[in-house]
Amino acid sequence: MKSLILHTATRLLMALLLIFSLFLFFRGHDEPGGGFIGGLFGAGAITLYALAFGAEKAQQTIRISPLTMIAWGFVALIISGILPMIVNEPFLTGQWLFLDFADTEVKLSSPLIFDIGVYLCVVGFILAVIFSLEEE
Amino acid sequence: MNLLLILPIAIPLTAATIGLLFRKSPMVQRASGVIGMAALLVSVIYLSWQTYTDGIQVIQLGDWAAPFGITLVMDLLSAAMLIITAIMGLVVSIYSLYDIDRVKEQYHYYPLLHILLIGINGSFLTGDLFNLYVWFEVMLISSFILLALGNRKTQLQGAVKYVIINLVSSLVFLFGVAMVYGMTGTLNMADLAVKIAEVENTGLVTAVSMIFIVSFGIKAAIFPLFFWLPASYHTPPVAVSAIFGGLLTKVGVYALIRVFTLIFTHDIGYTHTILLWVSGFTMVCGVLGAAAQMEFRKVLSFHIVSQIGYMIMGLAFNTKLGIMGAIFYIIHNILAKSNLFLISGIAQRLTGTFELKQLGGLYRQYPWLAVLFLISAFALAGFPPLSGFWAKLSLVKAGLQIEQYVITGVAILVGLLTLFSMVKIWAYAFWMPMEEENKSEQFGKMKLMGAGGLNLLVTPVIILAAIIIIVGLFAEPFLSFCMLAAEQLLNPEIYIESVLGES
Amino acid sequence: METLLAIIGGALFAAGIYMVLRRNLIKAVIGIILISNAVNVLFFNLGRLTKANPPLIWEGNTLPVSPFANPLPQALVLTAIVIGFGLLAFALVLAYRSYKELGTVDLDDMKMDPVEVSAEMRAEEEQVNQ
Repeated sequence: MKSLILHTATRLLMALLLIFSLFLFFRGHDEPGGGFIGGLFGAGAITLYALAFGAEKAQQTIRISPLTMIAWGFVALIISGILPMIVNEPFLTGQWLFLDFADTEVKLSSPLIFDIGVYLCVVGFILAVIFSLEEE
Repeated sequence: MNLLLILPIAIPLTAATIGLLFRKSPMVQRASGVIGMAALLVSVIYLSWQTYTDGIQVIQLGDWAAPFGITLVMDLLSAAMLIITAIMGLVVSIYSLYDIDRVKEQYHYYPLLHILLIGINGSFLTGDLFNLYVWFEVMLISSFILLALGNRKTQLQGAVKYVIINLVSSLVFLFGVAMVYGMTGTLNMADLAVKIAEVENTGLVTAVSMIFIVSFGIKAAIFPLFFWLPASYHTPPVAVSAIFGGLLTKVGVYALIRVFTLIFTHDIGYTHTILLWVSGFTMVCGVLGAAAQMEFRKVLSFHIVSQIGYMIMGLAFNTKLGIMGAIFYIIHNILAKSNLFLISGIAQRLTGTFELKQLGGLYRQYPWLAVLFLISAFALAGFPPLSGFWAKLSLVKAGLQIEQYVITGVAILVGLLTLFSMVKIWAYAFWMPMEEENKSEQFGKMKLMGAGGLNLLVTPVIILAAIIIIVGLFAEPFLSFCMLAAEQLLNPEIYIESVLGES
Repeated sequence: METLLAIIGGALFAAGIYMVLRRNLIKAVIGIILISNAVNVLFFNLGRLTKANPPLIWEGNTLPVSPFANPLPQALVLTAIVIGFGLLAFALVLAYRSYKELGTVDLDDMKMDPVEVSAEMRAEEEQVNQ
């Protein structure tokens, strides 16, 4: 679509949307947010870009193809599922690691890896659909 | 708790992931396809052995205790279904090495096949009604894409019908799940079995059970909900229609068996009578539809419908012998039906057509193929000593035992009509000489064995035919296994206890 | 409120079924959307509506503030919406492809002759062999 307003707005909005998607993603688990909704926002940002500049340009910009993204999402899901089995707990049981940095506590966990997988799958799936519809 | 119970889902997931990551390399795709299936088969046999020796296996995913978390349960019925699924997966993936061309491979045929198996295995394992819905959807979405793979015009036409009716069926199922949740406040099947007995409004329970019959009935293609099946199953590549024809409808039958032996057992006189009527009509309609068709795969598609009737009939009898017969019938039918689909593909490769009137002369040129066809066809029609004979015998015996003479008579009659259809295929495709004008250049030149031949297509057919003969000749262990599975199904207390623990 | 939602669900169901029965493929897809929304509304309704706090555990607490709404139907409906969304996206792509390939969205025009399947597969094979 050739529109000066859309082009300019997209450049500004895309960065904002991507940051917001990351914010939503990390906010997850204890508060509303998480991989799915974060992924929707991330996909929304790229879709906006694809609308403004065309699917081909969008594909070049994100470099990685949507299906590869889904595949890496699967990898993350499998890792988060297998991790607990090493310590003899059922598939997908949450494993937590609490790290103390001065006065902030950083929580690392296998649900986080799972959420990364969900994020990648959601973005990949939506982009795959959008790109395949945009092609013609 | 058995941690390894996740393997039937995790192995295909890993194989699919590897296939997706290495999209550019056909070799990795094929290897991940076949090796993944072989690994699945090994793991499933190991798990089934554990189930057989140690009783029902359970895992609580994420360590959330039942009935709050998602439970995977493996009883003998699931074990039987999983083994047969893995065998089919392996066989069809070998067949695909030749049957699926480069273009379709590039559209991720092997990863999709594995995702389809994730959905099927998940449906067989899950002990949670909503989770069953999720696995159904996994199965559906990959089956949609597999059905439309290649984008031929007829495929799209078939896919449109398949997609719409199956989406409706899933939504009906979801609605039934909602109703069950509204009535009992739980979705864990074992917990449901306990709590649904406490629901006072039994009329409502019966109504909900009807919703489930409709939804699973569409998936299983029972009368009068089967019309989508013959309209779509003859369009995709042969390997795909073999795995669809063998497995997908049986997932619906499995769900019916599970739900109507575990949860909806409050008013057997009503629900199971309906199932009995439906089974009779399904058998007759399917076999009559097949008699009218003149296309190889369409005949087989209608026969799927007719065979589903037998399985539902066994369930409707609701006796040990009946359910045992139904389980044995499912196993036998998956083997025989898929094998016939695979053979139809070979016939098409050799002659270039599925049309019975244009086919011909296969017996003269390829006697081996004719023998393989006869084994599967006679098994399907129920000739001794092949697997179909024992399946039909136990169902007929079950029918006579509880004095359901009419439906038993119908079943025997339908068996004869099945034979008629098989003889029709035999006569047109194998016995009659081919007309000169239809002869393609390849005909008679392609060899079944040896270099440049159809080894990859024939090997799976031989494997399946061998299994059919083995199941037929040494039926005793298989029958007693099915008997144990039926016993487990008719005593839900064991299932409930293994899931919820002693209480 | 329950009655109102039940009526809305019923109306959506009726409209959806009417649309699914139309011959136009796009309208059938819209019908599926309507039915899936109807089911979601009814699912929510059947999980019992409560006027209460959101089922969230605030910092420092171990339980949500009582009375709180039942989170399970919400989670289930969310899952159903996600799945429905995925299937719908596929159905739309399929409808678009069939329009491109077949040149029609009228389901009555999508009657195939079994002979065509054989012919097409043969053509495909020849294409691959070249």
